[in-house]
Amino acid sequence: MAIDAATVRKVARLARIAEPEERIEPLVQELNGILQWIEQLAEVDTDGVEPLTSVVHATLPLRDDVVTDGGDAARVLSNAPKSTDGFYVVPKVVE
Amino acid sequence: MTETFTLKGRTGDWEIVLGLEVHAQVASNSKLFSGAAVGFGAGPNEQVSLVDAAMPGMLPVLNKYCVEQAVRTGLGLKAQINLKSRFDRKNYFYPDLPQGYQISQFEFPIVGEGEVIVDRIDGTSFTVRIERLHLEQDAGKSIHDLDPKATYVDLNRSGTALMEIVSKPDMRSPEDAAAYVKKLRAILITLGTCDGDMEKGNLRADVNVSVCRPGDYEKFRETGSFSHLGTRCEIKNVNSYRFIQQAIQYEARRQIEILEDGGKVDQETRLYDPTKNETRSMRSKEEAHDYRYFPDPDLLPLVLDPAWVKAIEAGLPELPDAKKARLMSAYGLSAYDASVLTSDGDVAAFFEEAAKGRDAKLVANWTLNDLLGRLGKDGLEITASPISAADIGALVGLIEDGTISGKIARTVFEHMWDGEGAPAAIVEKHGLVQITDTGAIETAVDALIAANPDKPAAVKDKPQAIGWFVGQVMKETGGKANPAAVNEILKAKLGL
Repeated sequence: MAIDAATVRKVARLARIAEPEERIEPLVQELNGILQWIEQLAEVDTDGVEPLTSVVHATLPLRDDVVTDGGDAARVLSNAPKSTDGFYVVPKVVE
Repeated sequence: MTETFTLKGRTGDWEIVLGLEVHAQVASNSKLFSGAAVGFGAGPNEQVSLVDAAMPGMLPVLNKYCVEQAVRTGLGLKAQINLKSRFDRKNYFYPDLPQGYQISQFEFPIVGEGEVIVDRIDGTSFTVRIERLHLEQDAGKSIHDLDPKATYVDLNRSGTALMEIVSKPDMRSPEDAAAYVKKLRAILITLGTCDGDMEKGNLRADVNVSVCRPGDYEKFRETGSFSHLGTRCEIKNVNSYRFIQQAIQYEARRQIEILEDGGKVDQETRLYDPTKNETRSMRSKEEAHDYRYFPDPDLLPLVLDPAWVKAIEAGLPELPDAKKARLMSAYGLSAYDASVLTSDGDVAAFFEEAAKGRDAKLVANWTLNDLLGRLGKDGLEITASPISAADIGALVGLIEDGTISGKIARTVFEHMWDGEGAPAAIVEKHGLVQITDTGAIETAVDALIAANPDKPAAVKDKPQAIGWFVGQVMKETGGKANPAAVNEILKAKLGL
């Protein structure tokens, strides 16, 4: 799959990354390079091989349903640029 | 088979096709991936862990109880349980989604295909196929009306476990869609996996609506190809049976108008506004739906032990369908009565308690018509009924042994509703015992015939006129005469 300038702009927009216009063409080159590199993996025959989801040989740890956290709104909000009455305050989001 | 629901347009008939995505909040103590409490009514951001606030370096740890509830629900929907499932990230930006993605299950959900059998009011039933059930996180809450220039965000709900239950497009009318949600809710409540509280948003539906011409839906069911159906719109977060129906009605009409004007329906997400009774476009940005799902690298695949699933299955309670079948066979109830009684587990439990050793059909009538009707008028749940199940049973007992008539029982019921205590005591206190003493009734009948000498002949010509005599005797005895005895004596005396 080749990446064009429109795709780069779209991906940047979806990721909320502002890329100046002069960076678009270099990014097209770089991303295509990365993809070509990854596509080399397609040379390996993986028929009948189950997809590997993790290189860690462990099972997903589960916790019991007990309340062990929360109850500290001040700590949660401590990095917020703006907060009022325990709420985060953000620029108006218009539906 | 009930008639297909159709809407008349200027260019002919239209049919509607509905599929629902129901979000049911798991009734757990803590969140899906953190130890913060789940609950309603806490102060803003009081039920938030640093995981829910998506602080850097925080890792999600899956709640075993939530997994168990998803499996229980899947089993209750007679669905396939996938022993291996996976969590994925659904990426989008919104202020109440601090991670910038929702942890959900996309490609490999924990529960696969199942089905729900839904009863209609007219006694017929239909099947809704379930496509899947998956676990996912809820988002936080944005509050737009506290400040004209800012949005306030409360993350208490952020990370709460939801089960998203996706149906196939198997509903064909607004009523059917509401009936499906009702049935699903009854199953969830019976299983105890979700409290079903729609007012608090713990159970809410996204409704997919499209319209088509008669015959198109059948082609879709034959071929499985969506090309036979119209473009659908998704109405988000509808949280009452009434709103579900109103939103569908409005949305179907809107789409028909567009199509009949030669336009085309855009696939989009819409919001239902109950105060204006209309749907509006929510986000029409063309990139809004590019969620770029990928496996969450913070979570390994979820692998279930078949023995654990078996143990959950063994512990399932009696589900509404099984309960309905049992009420029909054990108590001789009609399919309709049994389905209304089982639509709410508390109502069914009330009925069974009241029916102990009584005429079950009579108990069902009193529970469904009189008690539920009265509770509904006052907006009360059966659990808050001022009349106990034992007292409804006792009331029916008094009718059965002839102490009071069904008519007098209504008066007794009113006194019971007013908190006057057990029915037998009320009958005693108000002197409502039925007159079954034939002597007393005969005296009343004789007096009546003597006072109206022309009437008996009239009854001979027109036997229905006996009703007048019955009415008079009942009036004379203050409604306490046994109606069967009155009829019998009248027939004898009038020579009918």
